Amino acid sequence: MNWLKRPASETQITHGQRLWLYIVASVIMILLVAPTLIVMPMSFSASQYLEFPPREWSLRWYEHYLSSPAWIDATWTSLKAGFLTMCVATPLGIAAAYGLHVSRHPLGQFFYIVLITPIMVPVILIAIAAFYVFVQIRLVNSLFGLVIAHSILALPLVLIVVSAALKSYDMNQEMAARSLGASRFTAFIGITLPQIRFSVLTAALLSFLTSFDEVIVAMFVSGGDNSTLTRNMFNALRDQIDPTIASISTIMIVISSTLLILSQFFGKSRD
Amino acid sequence: MAEIASGNATRENEALLTRQDWRERWALLGLASPAVLTVMIVMVIPVGWLFYLSFLSDDGSFSLEHYDRMLESKAYARIFWTTFKVSFLTTGICILLGYPLAYFLSQLPKRAAALCMLTVLLPFWTSLLVRTYAWLVLLQSKGLINEWGISLGLWEEPLALVHNLTGTLIGMVHIMLPFLVLPLYGSMKAISEDYLKASSNLGAGPVQTFWNIFFPLSLPGLFAGALIVFVLCLGFFVTPAVLGGGKVIMVSNQITNNIELFFNWGAASALGVVLLAITLGILFAASRLLNLNRVLGGGH
Repeated sequence: MNWLKRPASETQITHGQRLWLYIVASVIMILLVAPTLIVMPMSFSASQYLEFPPREWSLRWYEHYLSSPAWIDATWTSLKAGFLTMCVATPLGIAAAYGLHVSRHPLGQFFYIVLITPIMVPVILIAIAAFYVFVQIRLVNSLFGLVIAHSILALPLVLIVVSAALKSYDMNQEMAARSLGASRFTAFIGITLPQIRFSVLTAALLSFLTSFDEVIVAMFVSGGDNSTLTRNMFNALRDQIDPTIASISTIMIVISSTLLILSQFFGKSRD
Repeated sequence: MAEIASGNATRENEALLTRQDWRERWALLGLASPAVLTVMIVMVIPVGWLFYLSFLSDDGSFSLEHYDRMLESKAYARIFWTTFKVSFLTTGICILLGYPLAYFLSQLPKRAAALCMLTVLLPFWTSLLVRTYAWLVLLQSKGLINEWGISLGLWEEPLALVHNLTGTLIGMVHIMLPFLVLPLYGSMKAISEDYLKASSNLGAGPVQTFWNIFFPLSLPGLFAGALIVFVLCLGFFVTPAVLGGGKVIMVSNQITNNIELFFNWGAASALGVVLLAITLGILFAASRLLNLNRVLGGGH
């Protein structure tokens, strides 16, 4: 146990004196990941009641999910909405971030604030406001309505991530390209964009996830043939504990952790 | 004469340059207009419309009845009380759990920190609904936690851990913790080790160094994280609805009830306006105390 007596930091504290911190932090880290990890094996249980560890293994809840047209349709709607939101929010957000960054216009600050308000306004208010307007222009239950509502939720994230990347980017490189005859657009596409591509990818991924995970706006704005996966899950959760949701959750956890690991992997190659 | 003429030409040139510069600035600002217009049309104007609705009575005339009811009714007072209580408790527990965790992460070598950071990022990237569901499964009366507690002899009857305040708090703390840890970790990493070395060089013990040097320097990050958590809690909907089981009604839940059960848009709008006013008020007050740009940029 020599390790315990060694200093842990420059302030001469030893690992032994800090043992309590290691224990507390480990417990908190376990509490953070355990709940979702425990649901995964439970989803392979044969029993009606979710058990851990399952006494009998089976894929029945996955079969139930895959053979239910309602769940599959909802999954497709969510994937479509997420993809389209990404396609709308990412370019709009990049254009806005670039415009605000280089224009140095006095109105820029005001525009920035307008664009990030969707993360400050409670989502429920955005949801009912969009619903109220969509009812009148017949956009309720349409994929288009859902996508533009989700896009404004994703825009602030794209703006924040891309603005931060532009702040640390050296604009003189673009200047050099333009002095050699490239237009501003060509210079941006050819010089700037490749250098901030990881932030752009992160922003795109975040806008997909924002839409895919969103519940409250989808609850009001989507429905009928265009009901989203999270909307259906939420409605099912309010009634009973349906084991099918454990299988859907497991699939979603696998997807989100894959995306996370990919983003960490790409993020690493940055430095 | 020639000098004056060239002076005029310079001035004209300058004026032309300024005009061109401004034209370019407007054009570049225009790049933001599609995004700004979308936010205006889909959010700002509709929310403004709700604001207007909240001042109309059922017959369409101007009235403050919805706000009157909110001030007088005990039910509304209870909803606001619940909202603040849940938000305060969640923020408080997040600080108690998040501070040691962020401190631990900030002290680790780079590689180990990145690995341990995954335990914060993984829940952050996992769907809110999935995590709420996971707690619902674990906390129910026949759930894992009650089964283990009883089989280990810690308690005899299944504890009511879900469909009440306890369940709501557990779920909300789990969801909010990363929002506190990420900015706090960022601010802790930014503290220069030289200050700590100087302090211990001057004879301060580890505890003294922590409380007099490290802790005060980490406060802006803690404040930023706590602010994000508190403001997000105020508008929370999903977790109280599922883990609260109808017993924990926060403002957001009441807004949906007003619309889905009572079709009362005026009352729902008035609640929404008050919730928005409280949220923006808190953010405004906080922006006087700290640089909000850093908070909004440091979230991820």
